[in-house]
Amino acid sequence: MSDSNDNVGIVIVSHSPDVARGVADMVAQMVGIEVKVAWCGGNVDGGLGTHVPAILEAIDKAWTPRGVAILVDLGGAQTNAEMAIEMLAEDRQGLVVVCEAPIVEGAIFAATEAAGGADLAAVRAEAEALRAP
Amino acid sequence: MTDTASTPLSTDALKAAVRAMAVAIIDHTEELSRLDQAIGDGDHGLNMKRGFEAILAKLDGSADAPPALLKSIGTTLVMTVGGASGPLYGSLALAMGKALGDQPLTLACAADLLDAGIQSVMSRGRSQAGEKTMLDTLVPVLAVVRAGGADLGDRVKAAAAAGAAATVPLRASKGRASFLGERSIGHMDPGARSSQLLIEALCDALSKDPAP
Repeated sequence: MSDSNDNVGIVIVSHSPDVARGVADMVAQMVGIEVKVAWCGGNVDGGLGTHVPAILEAIDKAWTPRGVAILVDLGGAQTNAEMAIEMLAEDRQGLVVVCEAPIVEGAIFAATEAAGGADLAAVRAEAEALRAP
Repeated sequence: MTDTASTPLSTDALKAAVRAMAVAIIDHTEELSRLDQAIGDGDHGLNMKRGFEAILAKLDGSADAPPALLKSIGTTLVMTVGGASGPLYGSLALAMGKALGDQPLTLACAADLLDAGIQSVMSRGRSQAGEKTMLDTLVPVLAVVRAGGADLGDRVKAAAAAGAAATVPLRASKGRASFLGERSIGHMDPGARSSQLLIEALCDALSKDPAP
């Protein structure tokens, strides 16, 4: 079994903490401890929403030298995730990507690919291949 | 507005204007949320209120000059507002601060600052005017500021109001409102309305305090 630091990490960003946690659980069931998975969801007041500080924290938790792939649900999650990437230290910015993919299936496909040791571009491509034509 | 295009705006005058903008948003929390409930997820009012309350809390003790103040405002909006509007309004302020750099803040550079801010919003939101967003308020305002001339404050406010009103018949093609398709028609875009409120408050504050 490879060490989780050898594989791309996965971050789940949903407007709902329940959705984010649930997706992370489903991912963990597939890849166990081979892939670092972190999630965040909800706004600062505990309501539905997404916000940058929580995304930064999740990226930090899932960080590996191979990079991090982020899966998001709706528009604000994507905008906030992209903003968070811009706020990372410069040497990390190029190693974190937002996948344009359905959050549940995308996270599972991305994590499965990551568990096999694929690089960040391949992990993202695997998730994004799920997009509706 | 300042008497001449090249009279620098003092840090205190900028802070007073920011305070007025924050009050305008906070006073219209319910209206913004109501507009967002019609075509979005209903959190625009509370999100913006949270962000501008955070700005107010930092403003009094701040000794920042205008570029640093704009950067601090942008960062605060990014970190506290959430939704798509946090990164969008945050990017607007951050880009304006960056464009200002070491120049004095004057009316003469206002169009360039707003232009830089708008470019940043377009890039962050992958959007342009005509898509039922805050850009429908900001882009026509930029044209008026760029042209300059007499009674600028009143004409800027009129352009902002017309821009926000013009989003009512538009069909949304960006953000959550786009999920509604045709049903997004007939509602004012909450982001266009919050931009109008901010611009009105800014113009009123600057016309009240013409002294540098």
